Amino acid sequence: MDLIGALLTQGLQMALVLVAAPLLTGFVRKVKARLQRRRGPSILQPYRDLFRLLRKEVVLADNASWLFRVTPYLIFAVTWVAAALVPTFASGLMFSWTADLIAIIALLGSARFFLALAGLDVGTSFGGIGSSREVMIASLAEPAMLLIVFTLALVAGSTQLSTVAEFMASPEVGLRVSVGLAMIALIMVAIAENGRIPVDNPATHLELTMVHEAMVLEYSGRHLAMIELAGSMKLLLYLSLLACLFLPWGLAAADMGLGGHAVGLASYLGKLGGGAIALAVFEMVVAKMRVFRVSEFLSAALMLGLLATLLLFLSRSL
Amino acid sequence: MDGPMDGLIFDIAHLLAASLVLLSFVQLYQDRLYALLNTFALHAFVLACSVAWQAFIQDAPHLYITAAIALVFKAIVIPIALHRIIQRLGIHREIETVVGIGLTMLAGIALVALSMVVMLQVTAGADPLAREDLAFALAVILLGLLLMVSRRNAVSQVVGFMSLENGLVLAATGAKGMPLVVEFSVAFSILIAFVVIGIFLFRIRERFDTVDVHALDRHRGERR
Repeated sequence: MDLIGALLTQGLQMALVLVAAPLLTGFVRKVKARLQRRRGPSILQPYRDLFRLLRKEVVLADNASWLFRVTPYLIFAVTWVAAALVPTFASGLMFSWTADLIAIIALLGSARFFLALAGLDVGTSFGGIGSSREVMIASLAEPAMLLIVFTLALVAGSTQLSTVAEFMASPEVGLRVSVGLAMIALIMVAIAENGRIPVDNPATHLELTMVHEAMVLEYSGRHLAMIELAGSMKLLLYLSLLACLFLPWGLAAADMGLGGHAVGLASYLGKLGGGAIALAVFEMVVAKMRVFRVSEFLSAALMLGLLATLLLFLSRSL
Repeated sequence: MDGPMDGLIFDIAHLLAASLVLLSFVQLYQDRLYALLNTFALHAFVLACSVAWQAFIQDAPHLYITAAIALVFKAIVIPIALHRIIQRLGIHREIETVVGIGLTMLAGIALVALSMVVMLQVTAGADPLAREDLAFALAVILLGLLLMVSRRNAVSQVVGFMSLENGLVLAATGAKGMPLVVEFSVAFSILIAFVVIGIFLFRIRERFDTVDVHALDRHRGERR
């Protein structure tokens, strides 16, 4: 019975991230539209877009290689696995021993690697620009992310997400500057990785500024649907990561019954909604940066991560 | 400093001092003059909080006066005066940095690491609270110096000087038993320095039509 329960919870988590991801994207768009005093499309619009794309035929460039066709499914699968590893409503899931922060970074890194290759594959100039910019952003965002992971691992004594989340929820944490710095740095990295506004604009196809959209310009039909869904899931992943690391309250432990899981689910949805509103408001009040300023933005995140680690060493050595 | 409050006392002092270091980095990151001034005002406000907290935990009422001086002069009077100066001078509001901001911040990290290594070695055996306070204070001082050398605009150099002085106050309050007279004289010397710098700013501007200190180098005939 225990095994079935554990399998069910794990399956529920995997389904939840898949189903909730387009909803989250739709919700962020809706809040942004309301803030601009537009009515905006329905929250369910991303689902409709996905189904429409799935029905359409795929248009492939003549010189597209097998890599170009495989990449969307690969990105989708890798992102889904990574998103399902992050504890959403419950910690101590069946596969949570694999939910290592470094493993998640590696999964996302490989997805990005293949996407950048696919952008170069067809040989259009936009794809090349997009790939080179994406790799430039990644080369700064990933070290920052690793420093954040080091900080959290030093605080909690583990890189396993469930353990870190449980430690963060316990009163032992106290008031720590390093954790706060790591949170700010993680938010900055999340904005850059998801291509949200100060770094990249997800709603534009302006050739001078686009990064992510430039890489996927050649995709159509079900391939594009996979990439869009993976993009939504990546946003969900980062929001869940922030929620489970820095707001771990309400997370159901492994031994809790149905009630505990229901509370966990409700609080998770609440956190997602709050995060989405915060993201939309943030995107409304800041302006898009020039591409060349992105390196400064990300080096600030890197600096925060480094500072957090340094401060941790200082308070350790006293 | 015993009892259940011990952990929290240390944590809050740590938080405030570390926020000062962080705000010094935020100052390094700014590239607009007004934003830099606002960050400086926040820096001074956090300093006032930190000093007031030290006054509370050391049970030293005269430190409250220091906190009040920091709050009134540095968080309110000097930023407003600098705002006025910028308006009167009508200077270009973007700051020209000597090297890129990313590189400056990396240098800043190196300075923070240096100050921690130095201070922890030198003060071995002292009270942990004073040790970390001194380490942070040295970091703030060095970052203020870095701000001064990495900017060409004279106004942002003034801000660097002021935030350097914030570091001195942090160090002084962390070490117990600084007499009030010394603090008064430091506070007023800072104010006088500010007035002198303000007059200099106008003089520089009159002479060279700019507050870019590069012009001074050219005037002296130095070549770069």
